[in-house]
Amino acid sequence: MGFRDCQVVAPIALVGCDWARRIGRCYHEYRAAYSRTNVLAYVHCSVMPKHPALTRDLSGRGISRRAFLKFCSVAASVLALPPEAVGSLVESLGHSARLPIIWLSFQECTGCTESFTRSHAPAVEDLLFDYFSLDYHHTLQAPSGADAESARLDSMRRFQGRYLLIVDGSIPLARGGVYSTIGGRTNLAMLKECGEGAAAVIAVGSCAVFGGLPAASPNPTGAVGVLALMEQGLIAKRPLVNLPGCPPLPIAISSVLAHYIAFGRFPAVDDMQRPLSLYGNTVHERCSRFRFFEERKFVKQFDDEGARKGWCLYLLGCRGPLTHNACAVHKWNQGTSFPIESGHPCLGCAEPGFWDRGGFYRCIDETECTVDESHESREDAASEGQNLYEDNCVYCHSIDPGALRTDPNQIPHLLRSGEIRSHRRLQFSDEQLDQLGEYLKSRK
Amino acid sequence: MSILDNIPVHIPSSVSTADRAYNTLPLLHEIRHALERLSREGESTILDLRAIPFPPGDEQRLLDYLGTGEVEAQLHALGNSLIRETRYSGVWVVEHKNGDDERVALQIEITSVPAILRAQPEDIEEGLNRLTASLSADVKEDLV
Ligand code: SF4
Repeated sequence: MGFRDCQVVAPIALVGCDWARRIGRCYHEYRAAYSRTNVLAYVHCSVMPKHPALTRDLSGRGISRRAFLKFCSVAASVLALPPEAVGSLVESLGHSARLPIIWLSFQECTGCTESFTRSHAPAVEDLLFDYFSLDYHHTLQAPSGADAESARLDSMRRFQGRYLLIVDGSIPLARGGVYSTIGGRTNLAMLKECGEGAAAVIAVGSCAVFGGLPAASPNPTGAVGVLALMEQGLIAKRPLVNLPGCPPLPIAISSVLAHYIAFGRFPAVDDMQRPLSLYGNTVHERCSRFRFFEERKFVKQFDDEGARKGWCLYLLGCRGPLTHNACAVHKWNQGTSFPIESGHPCLGCAEPGFWDRGGFYRCIDETECTVDESHESREDAASEGQNLYEDNCVYCHSIDPGALRTDPNQIPHLLRSGEIRSHRRLQFSDEQLDQLGEYLKSRK
Repeated sequence: MSILDNIPVHIPSSVSTADRAYNTLPLLHEIRHALERLSREGESTILDLRAIPFPPGDEQRLLDYLGTGEVEAQLHALGNSLIRETRYSGVWVVEHKNGDDERVALQIEITSVPAILRAQPEDIEEGLNRLTASLSADVKEDLV
């Protein structure tokens, strides 16, 4: 049985009454109740069109309108649409035909699909089965090989100029693109072919947006993202929305899809084509630890007192201040938490080049890191550093480190790099290296 | 006790003025303004707490501050929902859970009665039809 033959269809709906402002998810109960039907259900409220057949269908299946209102209430907390957009959203959705989607996966890890299939609200299955028809997706489709490719070509032919193209993974350009091929064709060739007839394109994940990890220096495969290809004229220019993140938030994918299905266009984007509703703020601006940042209460080590008290992770390399994403608002795993809330600094995975910006645990602003250190703690560090020097370094170097020719600021960095062979036996921790640096600076 | 409980993470939870100054206090003011609108103009408001970044403990502080009033209702549809009035009449906390008992929405409604508690016109009509049908001769005989 092909993928399209075994769909379980569920209703998704909207209300426009004053308390339900947005679109949302459907529930397992709905899915069970609506198995093998294809009904777009409505509930009546002030701005909603009446669809007697649909409301009859709801009650016929034992679903009260109150239950439906609950469903819509949950829906309301999902898409960041202004309340006045709901009426037109309802109207548009009511008359929309199912949108064909072709999803191409290139140099990727399938993390984006993992994220997508864990869409919490709107639940992806509901969007998937009610509003769009996923005609090609390596991981989710049942057919494989020639059957899968012919399903793709068939869909492209039938829905020429109307289908939505989703891309995850970067596209290799080096050596004619041979580093990643599907059915013997390069990713670029396939993208070019699918892009021609697409109404619009969504690049999902940092790889499809910026090249991602495959593009990390020295970028052996010549990996690039979709926008770069459009700019270079290597594929057709189409309306494009970028959803970076490694992976992007499930809600970023499902809500942009819902918006596109309802309005036939993408939500407002920034200069990197990222939806403003999700990427308009930095993680830092919405961070649950922001209060501590303002109070200059910083965690200095993963197990220190500040870490236990939930202080700001800035000094541990947090990239929240530079990263545009909505992790702090929507969180992960059904809204349970997000990395910073769980005690780990933001890695900045939704920003271009995050993979090549040096160590993840280095403070983004070295000045800030040192300014925060009090005079007293620097003195303590220097005295610890002196002990380290006298217990280790004096066996090879002068007893007065002032005679060392290397700039003391460079020494911890050099030792960390492991490039000085004779020093590899030294097992200094990061903190000890900083202390050593403090001592050497004080001796210059 | 689970292993997680052994991890010594301490989140201060006292309601000091400094703590409330983060998000709880502005939100409480927003609720006050909304309540004023409800009282003067009859205008209802919904605040979606999902969209507001709370540091750990802040959400609980807010809910503790609002307290519990006279009305508490449970809705059993698509999972449980708890709708309860706070000690400030007209301010309601509405928590929706899904079938797996995971919270899927948390809202503060400033209104006389949350919309979800009201019987919907179509349901009323349908109830009327069903009751009428059940009181038909056949059914009456069953009952008698
Ligand atoms: S933990 Fe990171 S994002 Fe949060 S306040 Fe500190 S620097 Fe900003």
